Amino acid sequence: MSLAQKYSKEVKQILSKYPPEGKRSAMMPLLFLAQREEGYITKSAMQDIAQMLDVTETEVAGVVGFYTLYHEEKAGKYRIQVCTDLPCALRGAEKFMDDLCGNLGIKVGETTSDGVVTVEAVTCLAACDKAPMFQTQGPEGIKYHENMTVDKTVELINSLKNVAEASK
Amino acid sequence: MSKQVTLTIDGKSVAVPDGLNVVDAAKMAGIEIPVFCHHPKLEPVGMCRMCLVEIGRPVRDRATGQFVIENGAPKIQFMPKLETACTNKVEEGMVVLTQSAKVADGQRGTLEFLLTSHPLDCPVCDKGGECALQDLTMAHGPGKSRFIFEEKMHLAKMIPLGELIYLDRERCIQCARCIRFQDEIAGDAVLEFEDRGRTMQIISRSEPGFDSIFSGNTTDICPVGALTTTDFRFRARPWELGAAPSICAQCPVGCNITLNTRREAMTNGEIVVKRVMPRQNEEVNEIWICDKGRFAYHYADGKQRLTKPLVRKDKKLARASWDAATKIAAENFLKEKKDFVILASGRLSNEDLFNLKTLADHAGGKAYLYSHMAGGELTALVGVGAGTNFGAMGQGTTIVVVASDLYQEAPVWYLRVKQAKERGATLIVLNPRATKLDKYASFTERYEYGDEAKAVHDLTKNGETAEAVLKASNVVVLYGSEGLGVAGSQSLATACAKLLNENGFAGKSNNGLIGVWERANDQGAWEMGFTVEDDLAKALKGKAVYIVGADPVNDDPKLASALAEAEFVAVQDVMETATTEIADVVLPAQAFTEREGTFTSGERRVQRFYPAVPVTGESKPDFAIAAQIARNMGVILEGMSAVVVFDLLAETVKSFEGLNYARLAEVEAQLPVAGRSDMYYSGTTYANKHGLGAHLSGAATRGEKVSIPRVQKEAVPHPKDNELLAVPVNQLYHRGTTMMTAELLHERIGAASVSLHPDAAARLGVQAGQTVNVSFNGTSGAAVVKLDDSIDEGIALVPRSMGIAIREPVAAKVKA
Amino acid sequence: MSHILLRHREIPDINQLSVYKKNGGFAAFKNAVMKMKPNEVTDVVKNSGLRGRGGAGFPTGMKWSFIDNKNWPHYVVANADESEPGTFKDREIMEGNPFQFLEGLAIGCYAVGANAAYVYLRGEFWELGSSLDEKIAEMEEAGFLGDKLFGTEYSLRIYTHLGAGAYICGEETALLESLEGKRGQPRVRPPFPPAVGLYGKPTIINNVETFTNVPMIMANGAEWHKSIGTTDSPGVKIFSLSGRVRKPGNYELPLGTTFRELIYTHGGGVQDSRKVKAIMPAGASSSLILVDDDKILDTPMDYASVRTLKADLGSASIIVVDDTVSMDWLVNKTVHFFKHESCGKCTPCREGTYWMSRISERIHDGAATRADVDLLLNVAKQMQGKCLCALGEFSTMAVVSGIERFRKDFDNAVKA
Ligand SMILES: Cc1cc2nc3c(=O)[nH]c(=O)nc-3n(C[C@H](O)[C@H](O)[C@H](O)COP(=O)(O)O)c2cc1C
Ligand code: SF4
Ligand code: FES
Repeated sequence: MSLAQKYSKEVKQILSKYPPEGKRSAMMPLLFLAQREEGYITKSAMQDIAQMLDVTETEVAGVVGFYTLYHEEKAGKYRIQVCTDLPCALRGAEKFMDDLCGNLGIKVGETTSDGVVTVEAVTCLAACDKAPMFQTQGPEGIKYHENMTVDKTVELINSLKNVAEASK
Repeated sequence: MSKQVTLTIDGKSVAVPDGLNVVDAAKMAGIEIPVFCHHPKLEPVGMCRMCLVEIGRPVRDRATGQFVIENGAPKIQFMPKLETACTNKVEEGMVVLTQSAKVADGQRGTLEFLLTSHPLDCPVCDKGGECALQDLTMAHGPGKSRFIFEEKMHLAKMIPLGELIYLDRERCIQCARCIRFQDEIAGDAVLEFEDRGRTMQIISRSEPGFDSIFSGNTTDICPVGALTTTDFRFRARPWELGAAPSICAQCPVGCNITLNTRREAMTNGEIVVKRVMPRQNEEVNEIWICDKGRFAYHYADGKQRLTKPLVRKDKKLARASWDAATKIAAENFLKEKKDFVILASGRLSNEDLFNLKTLADHAGGKAYLYSHMAGGELTALVGVGAGTNFGAMGQGTTIVVVASDLYQEAPVWYLRVKQAKERGATLIVLNPRATKLDKYASFTERYEYGDEAKAVHDLTKNGETAEAVLKASNVVVLYGSEGLGVAGSQSLATACAKLLNENGFAGKSNNGLIGVWERANDQGAWEMGFTVEDDLAKALKGKAVYIVGADPVNDDPKLASALAEAEFVAVQDVMETATTEIADVVLPAQAFTEREGTFTSGERRVQRFYPAVPVTGESKPDFAIAAQIARNMGVILEGMSAVVVFDLLAETVKSFEGLNYARLAEVEAQLPVAGRSDMYYSGTTYANKHGLGAHLSGAATRGEKVSIPRVQKEAVPHPKDNELLAVPVNQLYHRGTTMMTAELLHERIGAASVSLHPDAAARLGVQAGQTVNVSFNGTSGAAVVKLDDSIDEGIALVPRSMGIAIREPVAAKVKA
Repeated sequence: MSHILLRHREIPDINQLSVYKKNGGFAAFKNAVMKMKPNEVTDVVKNSGLRGRGGAGFPTGMKWSFIDNKNWPHYVVANADESEPGTFKDREIMEGNPFQFLEGLAIGCYAVGANAAYVYLRGEFWELGSSLDEKIAEMEEAGFLGDKLFGTEYSLRIYTHLGAGAYICGEETALLESLEGKRGQPRVRPPFPPAVGLYGKPTIINNVETFTNVPMIMANGAEWHKSIGTTDSPGVKIFSLSGRVRKPGNYELPLGTTFRELIYTHGGGVQDSRKVKAIMPAGASSSLILVDDDKILDTPMDYASVRTLKADLGSASIIVVDDTVSMDWLVNKTVHFFKHESCGKCTPCREGTYWMSRISERIHDGAATRADVDLLLNVAKQMQGKCLCALGEFSTMAVVSGIERFRKDFDNAVKA
């Protein structure tokens, strides 16, 4: 099923935000829509979007490739994106990251063996006063988790695992 | 003329048109500002930062708006930072410094940055010798690298973007010229950057890869060796190449080209064409050519070239002398007298066609143009007037395109029409199905196949389009042969000619009729008085036929059987064909790359081509062979010199009056300044030093009274219930004689196809991609199904020259 | 003093429409639409001396007056990309006091004759985007957005638009490209957005905090606004305080408040009572202020005074660096940030950030020599003044100031 068929209501609503000459503006919201379920954007979704917006598939791919929140490859169901940028690093983010990875037994960029979470390092998320912090990117969108500890994070991951299990 | 602005560049006062950017202004004044991302045909983006200069502007008094004068001269304020010359427009009183130490430092810095990740593999790079990066590094770059070699990025060096173009990611300097060309000029946005920052790379995700018929142009404007053609890569070094000016022989646009040649071992030490490059002619093709023109040139050096005259003896073709062969031909033509028929194609030059036509006239025979499309006698009357230039069309001009898919049939006209529209022209596209040009059309009108003439007639009846046509200052109509045979195209041409003539859009520059012909010089043939024959098979049967530059046996089984029943067949061609195989006499002709001559483009511009490579075997120019046969028939024609033939032609054919080879070779300064001396600026295109050509005059221009005959409505066949109306469409890449030798293009040519409406396909129980049988009137062939929801359910589109001989609309059966 | 922007800190539930209205909300907008001409609104903002809070400090009223009235329609875009490391104020405004921001945006739209506005949020503000969508819907319902507002001919709609992870999209022309569904690469300027902006139409772009100032200025007048802060920099500013302080967070204070007051009075001083070694007043884009003399902390934080320390106030994201931090580590951090965020469009930024990252990494790994430190400094300087947009320039600030002002840290890190 094409994106337009599957999410007809959302697609219509997205397109209604922009004037006809600015139809291409719907690109980014449509890409988020396309990424919602699988956590990455498939070739066929890019083709759908290209067709809807009168652009080429290559142009869609160019946009996908520019932004870090779009993914073309499958990863864990949830991406845990820890801010390790300067302000957070001054407040212990790097140590938090090391400890978290140690606890999970993976390296930055890797996915847990059950395929539920991938841990990534990202640049500043505008929560520098609440480090250590990270965001989770998953089927429900993006959520912030601030003033985190490894324990709290492991707890969160366990609950995400339960959600993932339940949705199977 | 637009307003002039005076500024000072490096102490030199220059006056240039307002609106120009500083790079282009300096260029006009002969001052070179190095650039990478800037290209005179593309919108400025200011991204490579190579063109940084110091710019000062006169200070204005806040109150009066006048320049502040200091020490007797306007006070100039310089910006603290260097500025990009490509994005800053000229201003009155501006002062530009391109040679200061600060500028030199900026240029050195930019080059050093670019070279940090460049592989420096010039010794093995195809671009070596014509590379902007190489040239500018020599001129402005740092002497040695401060970047640690081990830290260089290593990237893929052989990425096929499609089968025609390769990308070397290490060499790419991210100037985006290729992306911008595809987006802005070609309108096929099939290249993009992926990723960002230093990992940003060129990608193409289209299917097939790099899906554009203009892809080769990106290799010309790429300032480094990042983009190369599969055809040329690793084949030669640019400095070993010879260069001969020529005209592309693939379609009626008449793009100016340069043939690069080299003597090489691969071809036993012969000089051969190594590549086809664009040559600037701003009124024809600017600096672009399409991929067919660029890649389908191999037929001239093909293995199947005819090298010697042949005469049929004991049922076998055997080598003969020119004397013997032409004598036999002449005797047979003389014997048949009125039943002597010349069938010549628009692949021939004006000189050839003139001699052939003269021969037919003197010998009492017929001279037919080998074409499925009629109406050329009308383009000769009300064709576009002298001085016509798509590049100058914009607001006030209305362009009508009817029954033609310009992207497929005349690619560079597609570009020109698209650009005219973008400059403000009104574009009306009339076609029964969706074509690429629709995207740019001000109005698209759909009619039913068979209603072409009516659609044109109705244009001036319907409110909006009537206004667009009747209120325009200039109207150009391009008509084609989609869905039409001889009779249909005749009535369409008549309707178009009437519309133009009756409303005063004929006999002036930028007004008139253009035929989207199949071949490069069809228009020339019409000017010479050739006609087309609706029932060609009948016209050939039992005759003595002199076929020149055509392969009817291969094209159409019906013509093959007609020729089998001909009295005598002489075939004159460049290479062996199915038709030479059945000939009684075979006469080897020189390819256009081996001789000189002229073509008349669809815009009625006569242009010269020049010899580029030595003659193959004993072959002769077509006009000379015709003269030799003529002499044996008692008709005296010039057979030695193309120049003389052209002079005679200009004396005889009114529209050629006043033209001669010298006139055609004239050049004048063109803008933008482009050519080989500044490859960093305009790319590897060639400068035009051998002639911009000249327009023919039309009857309307000469003040002759023009009367257009009545439009004859053509009867369209009515398919039965189990039949569809098969209509011919024209496709750029096809299986014609000249294309099949271009092996690189085979993938794009693909198989014969038939396009159906999805519902029709469903009704027939066939699916896209499935092979079906298409049959009509005793012709049949296999075709792959494609779907097109813009056509009617009762229609089947069958491309011409793809193996199924379709001349005109016919009732056809499509079966799984 | 009670807050002007972060009013949610005093007024609970001001993020509810009813509460916001009860506290005078939308009176200024209604008054402007019903009683004032658009250029009169612009004049008030001009006279107030309000300067953009997004970083460049450009006078807001002046920007509005640049709108090209010969070309229509007009658009207004709120820059809610907030991606400068150390900046986290716009998010607090939009979460805590969203209606004041939206009202300011609406007033801006009216002032420049725009009937549509977009709030461009960084993609990470996903939840915030949904909550703003709800607030906008409430405003429509209440008749503050929609057709023929307050019985006049003026119509206005506001939409949110999410980015997808790219710092460069905070740069206004890159933001426009992104909003148009393209790769977020900056455009050549001029033309500036008030002449050619979104969809090629005249467009005003301001920071969230800038807009949030507007309702109070309209309500209390230009003079009131000028009475706060300094002559050069009137009004209050939200200082995002981060780094090695005890109480990081947002502090709304008059422009001209000293670093000392911010760090010690409000921020509770430096962690572990260490010494302030350096301050980055404008996030990662900042030059490093060398705090070798305690008096430096008494510098007032306004645009002009911070410049005397050879740094810029920018978006006022004050990152405090103490004496446990070595600058080669810090510079390596900022260089990596900019390498990651360079859009790749222009040569010096694309190649320079990459080259700098290779050198700074080598230095930080202890694998470099003194010559490499010189090279790093030289490469940074070679980038300066040559990039297409300010990001490239920003990437050199910490490098140049770091090496020039803290050379010892680098020398200690290298081999010889
Ligand atoms: C690289 C870069 C990033 C920027 N990021 C932001 C940002 O996140 N938020 C913002 O409001 N302005 C940002 N700006 C400034 C904007 O370009 C623009 O000046 C500002 O939105 C104008 O609003 P103002 O006049 O209200 O400050 C950035 C500028 C640059 C060069
Ligand atoms: S491929 Fe060539 S033209 Fe295209 S961006 Fe790279 S260097 Fe430029
Ligand atoms: S960030 Fe790309 S040029 Fe400025």
